[in-house]
Amino acid sequence: MQTKNYSHLRRMLSGRLVRRLVSMAGRVCLSRGSAGSATVGPVEAAIRAKLEQALNPEVLELRNESGGHAVPPGSETHFRVAVVSARFEGLSPLQRHRLVHDALSEELAGPVHALAIQARTPAQWRENPQLDASPPCLGGSKKTRETP
Amino acid sequence: MSGSLSRAAAALLRWGFGAGRGGLRGPGVRATGSSAGGCSAEQLDALVKKDKVVVFLKGTPEQPQCGFSNAVVQILRLHGVRDYAAYNVLDDPELRQGIKDYSNWPTIPQVFLNGEFVGGCDILLQMHQNGDLVEELKKLGIRSVLLDEKKDQDSK
Repeated sequence: MQTKNYSHLRRMLSGRLVRRLVSMAGRVCLSRGSAGSATVGPVEAAIRAKLEQALNPEVLELRNESGGHAVPPGSETHFRVAVVSARFEGLSPLQRHRLVHDALSEELAGPVHALAIQARTPAQWRENPQLDASPPCLGGSKKTRETP
Repeated sequence: MSGSLSRAAAALLRWGFGAGRGGLRGPGVRATGSSAGGCSAEQLDALVKKDKVVVFLKGTPEQPQCGFSNAVVQILRLHGVRDYAAYNVLDDPELRQGIKDYSNWPTIPQVFLNGEFVGGCDILLQMHQNGDLVEELKKLGIRSVLLDEKKDQDSK
């Protein structure tokens, strides 16, 4: 199990050279995610609506990754989002993430336990237009899911 | 920069993650856990400035309880950063909320370099991938081992 975790992480960390592998992992995650929740839940819908409203994104990709964590089926606790917006031009990663956090403050204070963010400008997105894979859960969420 | 980037990427590929099993941290890492000693803004301010590299995790460096916290630990390990302070927020609900309020950041893990909030897992990973982390560590007087091309095979 440990070995599996690290090999996944290595694919994630080594970036461009093994992008194809990460992309494959991403597809695995996608299929796993969709198997767990075929429908878009209210939290996911709210995240999408609020980010569209706040950041007018060119691209908005959202994945419910809760299925990979120790939460009941159909949960909306763990998400990954790629937001591609011209609003991010000239802003540091920290500033970009804060804009996303601000738009989703209600969700982050409530049901959403984890939010992985890829905040890109349109030009950056064209260089690598994909939603990455998150590292595998290590089980902590089972004990701690009540409070983000 | 692109040269050092590709060297770093190459070093990454050669670096065996499996080699880290059971030995995820160097002897210098202080898993300070619940000894954070209070959670007022002043206390947290002192805490994050006490060490050059400070991380707030779910779990400990040797046993992270969350994939994102683990990624932070692994990135620091890849760069050979051994002397850092790690606080386990799962040991201390006050710290868990306090650090979020202090940095105005809603999630754990959180990384501080030289007392300055850097971000969470996503941003550290991005800094790792684009070479910024090597530069930021250099400013702290920490030389990333990813710059030492030859050493990575031997240092396992």
